[in-house]
Amino acid sequence: MSEAASALGNASFEGFATIREIGPMGMIALRAKHDLPQLSAALTAVLGLGLPERRRILTRGEVRVGWMSPDELLIVLPYGDVAATVAALTQALAGVHMLVADVSDARCIFRIEGEKAAQVLMKLCPVDFAMLAPDELRRTRTAQVPAAFWAEQGGYTLVAFRSVAAYVMGLLTHSAQPGSELFPG
Amino acid sequence: MLILECPYCGVKAEETELSPGHEAHLKRFGPGSSDEQFESYMFARKNPKGVHFERWRHTYGCGKWFLAARCTATLEVFGTYPAQTSEPPADIVAKIKARRPNWEGVK
Ligand SMILES: [Zn+2]
Repeated sequence: MSEAASALGNASFEGFATIREIGPMGMIALRAKHDLPQLSAALTAVLGLGLPERRRILTRGEVRVGWMSPDELLIVLPYGDVAATVAALTQALAGVHMLVADVSDARCIFRIEGEKAAQVLMKLCPVDFAMLAPDELRRTRTAQVPAAFWAEQGGYTLVAFRSVAAYVMGLLTHSAQPGSELFPG
Repeated sequence: MLILECPYCGVKAEETELSPGHEAHLKRFGPGSSDEQFESYMFARKNPKGVHFERWRHTYGCGKWFLAARCTATLEVFGTYPAQTSEPPADIVAKIKARRPNWEGVK
């Protein structure tokens, strides 16, 4: 099999915050009504994580489950664990109306790190950062393309579509230019 | 700027996160309807200066369609509610009546 590669070969940039394209990262889209009784049990059995509350993301080690919409969850996990996890979830949810899809290679993922990381995103997203919960998964746009991000150890992790990875890297790089901070200090 | 709270994910979305879907609560006229009914369903749209009910989609968020009651003249938002609602909810109608005593009501 060919070797998995991230969209931009782990490009990085040092500005007033550090931008790193990371990955390849495993991502699974799970679509099902969240009130399905089997759903939470399947998540617990397969991932050791329950069903996240609205707009929240749960973390256990390297595995995350995020609330994307009333019928969609995003599972983020090590790339090598995707196939087995898709199979296990498909089996655990057999017979119910749902979809489990490996979307790892359809997405790109970035880290925005440093004390001023939020300012990089404030310039690009129509989001009130003061209102964000610490474990909030926020879907929004970065300039002209859809994205989702959450806060994580010393910065933010941002997910977008792989086809726009270079555009997003350009946005983040430009937004993090030294001297272009929003707030002094 | 228009800010609408998505009833599905609870985000107070600024207009650029949303896509407009035009007039809400249209009744579909299909096979078996008269030409006048179909023409009105296809083409005739309200364009009020004042209270209006609209469809919006949380495009850059949860992706869901929802409905909103707002004033087109002042951008005052009376409320948002799920798309699976065939007529404006009573609480939103009451709120509009309180704010716009001369409003002629839902037609
Ligand atoms: Zn929404």
